[in-house]
Amino acid sequence: MTLPATDLMPFIVLVPLIAGPICALLPGRQWPWLIATLSTAAALVLSAITLAAVFDGSTLRYPFGNWMPPIGIEYRVDAASAFVALLITGVSTVLLPWAKVLVDDEVPERQGAFYALFLIAMAGLLGITLSGDIFNVFVFLEISSLATYALIAHGRDRRSLLAAFRYLIMGTVGATFLLIGIAFIYILTGSLNMADLGERLVNHEDSRALQVALGFIVVGFSIKLALFPLHHWLPNAYTYAPSLISAFLAATATKVALYVMLRFVFDVFGADYSFLALPLSAGFMALAISGMLMGSWLAILQSNLKRMLAYSSVAQVGYMVLGVSLVTLTGLTASFLHLFNHGLMKATLFASVGLIIWRCGSVQIQDLRGIGRQMPWTLTAFALGGVSLVGIPPTAGFISKFYLISAAVEAGQTWLVVLILITSLMAIVYIARIVEVAWLQPRPEGAPTVKEAPWSLLVPVWIMVAANFWFGIDTRLTVGASTVAAEALSGGLLP
Amino acid sequence: MTVLSFFNYWAVIVLMMIGYYCMIVRGNMIKKIIGLGIFQTSAFILFISAGKVIGGSTPILREGVDIHANPLPHVIILTAIVVGVATTAVGLALTVRIREAYGSIDDDAIDAVEEGDGE
Repeated sequence: MTLPATDLMPFIVLVPLIAGPICALLPGRQWPWLIATLSTAAALVLSAITLAAVFDGSTLRYPFGNWMPPIGIEYRVDAASAFVALLITGVSTVLLPWAKVLVDDEVPERQGAFYALFLIAMAGLLGITLSGDIFNVFVFLEISSLATYALIAHGRDRRSLLAAFRYLIMGTVGATFLLIGIAFIYILTGSLNMADLGERLVNHEDSRALQVALGFIVVGFSIKLALFPLHHWLPNAYTYAPSLISAFLAATATKVALYVMLRFVFDVFGADYSFLALPLSAGFMALAISGMLMGSWLAILQSNLKRMLAYSSVAQVGYMVLGVSLVTLTGLTASFLHLFNHGLMKATLFASVGLIIWRCGSVQIQDLRGIGRQMPWTLTAFALGGVSLVGIPPTAGFISKFYLISAAVEAGQTWLVVLILITSLMAIVYIARIVEVAWLQPRPEGAPTVKEAPWSLLVPVWIMVAANFWFGIDTRLTVGASTVAAEALSGGLLP
Repeated sequence: MTVLSFFNYWAVIVLMMIGYYCMIVRGNMIKKIIGLGIFQTSAFILFISAGKVIGGSTPILREGVDIHANPLPHVIILTAIVVGVATTAVGLALTVRIREAYGSIDDDAIDAVEEGDGE
């Protein structure tokens, strides 16, 4: 007997959500990790089944408690949400086996609670992705955010506490902005279901309240996705969090915020309303470009390896938003592609950096001199992840930049191509700096010899490196899913 | 009279600005959390006041009552209040840990300590 994908789909969220509290109760170091890994892998299998079911452009709907929407809450999955869910679960499944030893090192006590928080943060992100109810999105956003604050505070450096506190203040303001936006929508229509709102809001398009709601929601999500200049929480949070959390957040959290913002802008408000009611296209473009330039520039200036990658994330969020700002189908496809590919490459980079920090005990770039000869496999993985970040073929990064440039040319904005090339060159500068320090400079006299990381940790990192190249050569899954996702979001309205 | 008829919105705006100001200006972390609480509460009031129906009774079905207040905003905001309480709890827990680590809960004082560390 095989269950239909519609009935399996809610378990993508439920499996980690139920496994979380179980983890919290388990003692020791082995069991919590095992439960976390198994439930994440189960969620990955379920996401893959779901994506296969919606790949033809169909939509799966699951009303909870059999209360039909718009009264009940429903999960609503199309290619866009299934694609993002696959990214979250896929990255987590590869990261958890890698993280075992590092978590033992960084969080020696109460690992049950740590893995429980990790699973709840993941379940929250998956819930945001799958839910078809705007208030449910707010609740899941807060579930994942609260778990994330606690996870960041697990860092060994005391500055992780400050980073978590400042992220809590900014993140809660963002979430409350979303709540205010939802309040306006509810006051106007009396509905909270996304699909239902898509039909009802058409009657309120001349209302000022709707315009205000859109403004609040876009700003709220912009804080969560670290769109320049609202990115101030991100560098500290990524720098001081434990390695597993840095890699997990960099690969998934900002991506989910971007996805759900697009869901609101395109599905709830409708693309033909959103981009006329507010100057979203021009605003996104200006912020995306300043984010690309400033993020890359600040990344070049950093002396802390993790902080450099964090600023690079600010720049990469710029690329994704730039694709959206073109308001074309190709632009949206490029955004989705980069959303997925950037998740892959940042997971690779943070994973290899995690190993470097574990072995060297330092995040300062100057302490990495000559380390390339002592940890060749780790540093090669880092360099290959960097190649993907810069966008050199045949890597995943090249594919998304190629689509972004095609979208810019297609929209008649040829000058954007120059900007994309300039920021890619800046990415070469900050990646090449690490490669230069690690390989070409000699190990200083008296520096301790660093051992290569064990194979059990290198294998997951190299799986991600291989994925970067695989999705740079065989683009059927990524480009196919991105195209269907963009079409599903835009509802065939975009040129 | 139109100004007064929007009384609930005025209350929301005043509360929101008080909370926001408190969060931005105050260096003390407890006061920041208080500000955050006021800010969130303003959004709750905005949502709840939308459930009021003029002349409406409590939303219980009974003889002779046709107009009811809308109960749904209350239920929704109950969830949001729980989220707000959880946020405050996490914020306070972090503040306790920050005080243990730095011996202060003032933003400026902590920044001074961090700059003394040399990074």
